[in-house]
Amino acid sequence: MSVLVRIPTPLRTMTKGQGELKTEAATIQELIDRLDQDYTGIKARLCEDDGNIRRFINVYVNEEDIRFLQGQATPLKAGDEVSIVPAIAGGSSDGRRVRAIACGR
Amino acid sequence: MGYVKGLKCRECARPYPHKPLHVCEFCFGPLEVDYDYPAIGRAVDHRSIESGPPNIWRYRALLPVEGEPVVGRYCGFTPLVRARNLGKALGLTQLYVKNDTVNHPTLSFKDRVVAVAVIKALEFGFPAVACASTGNLANSVAAHAAEGGLTSFVFIPSDLEQGKVVGTSIYAPNVVAVDGTYDEVNRLCSEVADKYGWAFVNINIRPYYAEGSKTFGYEIAEQLGWRAPEHIIVPAAGGSLITKVWKGLKEFYNLGLLPAVPTRMHVAQAAGCGPIVNSIKAGSEIIRPVKQPRTIAKSLAIGNPADGYYAFKVVKDSGGSGEHATDEEIVEAMRLLAVTEGIFAETAGGVTVAAAKKLVQQGVIGRDEVTVISVTGNGLKTQEAVASALRIPTHIKPTLTSFDAALSQNLTVAGGSGVRRDA
Repeated sequence: MSVLVRIPTPLRTMTKGQGELKTEAATIQELIDRLDQDYTGIKARLCEDDGNIRRFINVYVNEEDIRFLQGQATPLKAGDEVSIVPAIAGGSSDGRRVRAIACGR
Repeated sequence: MGYVKGLKCRECARPYPHKPLHVCEFCFGPLEVDYDYPAIGRAVDHRSIESGPPNIWRYRALLPVEGEPVVGRYCGFTPLVRARNLGKALGLTQLYVKNDTVNHPTLSFKDRVVAVAVIKALEFGFPAVACASTGNLANSVAAHAAEGGLTSFVFIPSDLEQGKVVGTSIYAPNVVAVDGTYDEVNRLCSEVADKYGWAFVNINIRPYYAEGSKTFGYEIAEQLGWRAPEHIIVPAAGGSLITKVWKGLKEFYNLGLLPAVPTRMHVAQAAGCGPIVNSIKAGSEIIRPVKQPRTIAKSLAIGNPADGYYAFKVVKDSGGSGEHATDEEIVEAMRLLAVTEGIFAETAGGVTVAAAKKLVQQGVIGRDEVTVISVTGNGLKTQEAVASALRIPTHIKPTLTSFDAALSQNLTVAGGSGVRRDA
């Protein structure tokens, strides 16, 4: 099941500069493990030591926050788009509108 | 001169230098200012603070600035009003209103954070300051930038109250009205900050900016005679104020300036945009963003609060709670505060008063417990919200007969006809 993964700018040093990747995974958990196989160390950036996704990393499957789906068990199907977005870091060098930046007036 | 050690990630505690950074590059958590507390403890006591100037700079040792404040020198130390009349109306004997409707220079608590932020922007040598704002922040950034001789850019949602737009434009900043919600404005500003390298006070200067809010809590404690109240009701938009008021009280306690902090911190939000209160009521630390905020309390209309999780945590840690206010309740509470205490608060003040009322009714706040309602902005900025609910003036001709007729028909006089007998 090939899904598209969008990598935020600060993590692209780990993905050889790639902003978008295609990978095979049936769930978000699998996707993270798979990414870590291909790009060693990326899981430590995305997850706490206990394996849970860090509080200030938002993960979206087709624009829906996985916290409101099934979290890391959220299933993926072919063609899904997964976005990894730092909650407050913002910014996007590829011109794509970054979504869901948390706010403070 | 200052006591800043550097910055520290609030999540993973990684240290960062004293620079305009705001996000941990490892775990993406927010950065926070780290101080040399033992040194502050040696330098500060009740007397040293009391002998300081009557503004936020009496707490300078606990603020992240280096030299003498160069802007916002008269900010803060606003009245802590002993609100006997409002207390009577709500059923409380020990009620206070922390009144930032008269903060200097732009009549909201935002002057506290912006004074610090603009000083930092100058310290760091930024060519321009900027902000994404629901209005009060816009006023304050434009005013302080003018004072500091900095160019400013202010991004606001295009549906803001006229008072807030005029109250910004007078200082001649670059005002950009964005067709979108505040959350969309903020998102855009994150990209602008990256591209243009300006000091966005609530984005890349945020760790420093947010520290200014602690002074709201410091003042409450000092003005109560160096004690912390049993309840503080705080309005929440991004959720930063409540976390910093709490931090301020804890710092005072740790420095030996307060004997105890028994304070329960309560969050007040509008019913039409209450992501933090929703989480508190649901008992879930996950803040579900509100996509389309709908409330007259536009200064609180942030659907995706940056400090929502931390605000939630402060409420949990302090044994507090959260309450909503509908638009009708907001207007009613604004009027109640005005007619009981003579204080004209903006809509956010209506939200806190309305929330306090509910907390009393629910028995969360006890009759004789020391309670502080935070009023963070001035009603003259949001007149549209209440104008239609108010009694219009009684029109008369310039004759005594006309006035007499009006008096017998339309006007209210407490304690009788109002005709003087001693003439």
